[in-house]
Amino acid sequence: MASVDTPTPSEPVTGAVADGEVPLEVAASAPVLATTLGGYLRAWLKRMRSGESGVLPVVGGLIILTVIFQTQSSVFLSAGNITNLLIQGSTFVVLGMAEVWLLVLGEIDLSVGYVSAIGAAITAIMIGPPHPLPLWFAMPVGVVVTGAVGALWGTLVIRLRLPSFVVTLAGLLGGEGVLIWLVNGNGTGGTIRIENNVFLDLTSGNLSLAAGWIVTIAAVVVFGGLIFLRDRSRRRSGLVAAPLVVTLAKIVGLAAAGVALVLVCNTNRGELVTLQGIPYAVVIVIALVVLTSFMLDRTRFGRYLYAIGANAEAARRSGVSLGWNRLWAFVLTGVTAGIGGMLYAARLGSVSNNVDGGTLVLYAVAAAVIGGASLFGGRGKMVHALLGGIVIATIYNGMGLIGLAADYQYMITALVLLAAVTVDALARRGRTTS
Amino acid sequence: MTVVAEGRPGGAPAAEGAPLLQLRGISKSFGAVQALVHVDLDVPAGQVTALVGDNGAGKSTLIKTISGIWAPTSGEIRWCGEPVSIRSPREADDLGIATVYQDLALCDNLDIVQNMYLGHEILSKRLLDENRMELTAKQTLADLSVTTVQSVRQPVGSLSGGQRQSVAVARAVMRDAKLVIMDEPTAALGVSQTAQVLDLIKRLAERGIAVIVISHNLSDVFAVADRLAVLYLGRLVDSGPITDYDTQRAVELITTGAANGNGAPTNGRGHHPGTGE
Repeated sequence: MASVDTPTPSEPVTGAVADGEVPLEVAASAPVLATTLGGYLRAWLKRMRSGESGVLPVVGGLIILTVIFQTQSSVFLSAGNITNLLIQGSTFVVLGMAEVWLLVLGEIDLSVGYVSAIGAAITAIMIGPPHPLPLWFAMPVGVVVTGAVGALWGTLVIRLRLPSFVVTLAGLLGGEGVLIWLVNGNGTGGTIRIENNVFLDLTSGNLSLAAGWIVTIAAVVVFGGLIFLRDRSRRRSGLVAAPLVVTLAKIVGLAAAGVALVLVCNTNRGELVTLQGIPYAVVIVIALVVLTSFMLDRTRFGRYLYAIGANAEAARRSGVSLGWNRLWAFVLTGVTAGIGGMLYAARLGSVSNNVDGGTLVLYAVAAAVIGGASLFGGRGKMVHALLGGIVIATIYNGMGLIGLAADYQYMITALVLLAAVTVDALARRGRTTS
Repeated sequence: MTVVAEGRPGGAPAAEGAPLLQLRGISKSFGAVQALVHVDLDVPAGQVTALVGDNGAGKSTLIKTISGIWAPTSGEIRWCGEPVSIRSPREADDLGIATVYQDLALCDNLDIVQNMYLGHEILSKRLLDENRMELTAKQTLADLSVTTVQSVRQPVGSLSGGQRQSVAVARAVMRDAKLVIMDEPTAALGVSQTAQVLDLIKRLAERGIAVIVISHNLSDVFAVADRLAVLYLGRLVDSGPITDYDTQRAVELITTGAANGNGAPTNGRGHHPGTGE
């Protein structure tokens, strides 16, 4: 720390600094701008050392898991399995994103597993016999219901100052009851079957080969262009910005990821029939990550969530409304969970009364935390849930491939979660002592 | 140096007119406890007024009254000569009174720009206008000669105590504060960082801003203050230009409420007569 202090306080305590010194001082310590690649890398290294490790640990963990599973089962990295893994992961990712809204605030929602299933059950009932309602109506209703449940939890937490952990623990218990009641009252044999093909296509439908290329190329061009223009305007205004090389590297990375996704998904993975193309579920998840990240990073609302999560009193004194912003976070958790529930029900083709909402929510929280969100508030991004959800899906999928059953799956997931929290705690320690 | 906010010429306060802030007969009681008893105080623009006193003398109560945390039980606050009532921190903010509390009220996970604009973000098309905020924040820091931070995009949690204090003060200045109240700004700071913060306080005054500094550290007070005001058991026992005091006299006033050690705290020495009521 001492290295960044004022270099020479000529008269330490009582001394008056003459006016004439000021411009000199400015000139002497011009702000260090990371405009060169070397400077950028040094600043990045410094951030890493001080605990801002970002997504590096989870990406590293993902690579290690991939190597392990691939050496145990050569099927793991096949195009078909990767696509399958992404579809499996979509539920964990979206439920993890639901948790991120609240984790940023330092709150938690333990009910998302059952609440998401309740939303899916309501939609499934509406689109089922005897009087099927249109999907465009039934799906929003399901999501509105889950959003309303979020608003209920939020109101209890904010108005009555109850801990969100306990309120949503009650939601976890009560939610299971409501789900069983809904399914037993409207389904047969403990499940509500979903026959609507459009709904099922959420996870089983694919973009055509050409559409996959077009959508991906359009996305890469748009986002690559936005990154390029933003960095260029920041460099020109003398603002803190990445050097040109880094900007270009980001765009190349984006394009490479896009091409890899299309190549993998466009490979025929069917055995009897042709099955190829990017699954709709993948498109939906990516679109959702982009939209929610935009809300967290670029709007006042998102900024306030981070501020409240770090120092609620400071936010309040700055004029931030704690109540409304927190309430909206609870509502968005409900809405996002509702969307996750739709993906879950579409993949299973039904909503059952024995959905394990308890495990689902733990996977959701684990996904966010493994990805890099903090349970203590103030830190977490949607992309963390994306990466963490893929890690969990990788374990789930890889264990299944090498023939290890649920016992090992749970134990390995537990170890990965512990590793993630340990990395977080060590990073935190690095930060406070820096 | 140019002034970002309003272009007020530095060091040229309205010396001839009424002082920026005048307190007349301010009293505050909490039940039976008299925290402030008939306090009269003038805070002129462009000067640093140090508010000193022992623990429990009423310093915090007084600044909380000025910054709208609670209303006085009786008495009058005049702002630019006009009687005002400050019923909430928001109203104080609207008048141009900014308070930098000891805890600084910063969010460690947000960067300097984000902290400076918290609650007052610049938007364009309903989205955060990061570029404009960063430019203005940089300019404000440069105007205050806060040059020790490496990047305005580093999280506030990674800054030193003096730098954090600078960010909190720059935030107040950027919002066009006319009076900045600082509660123990140098407590818990090392030697060079203390110098850095005292420097900053002087620059605020040079820009025509009135500054009230609460401090226990008399050497800091004598280094930076233009005026001294001494509270003792809720009464303002003395106030005046810093040149009227030396350390010994200040200590006597703080500890006994009177100079020359005759131990009569309520003899009204230095109490401004003929004001308020």
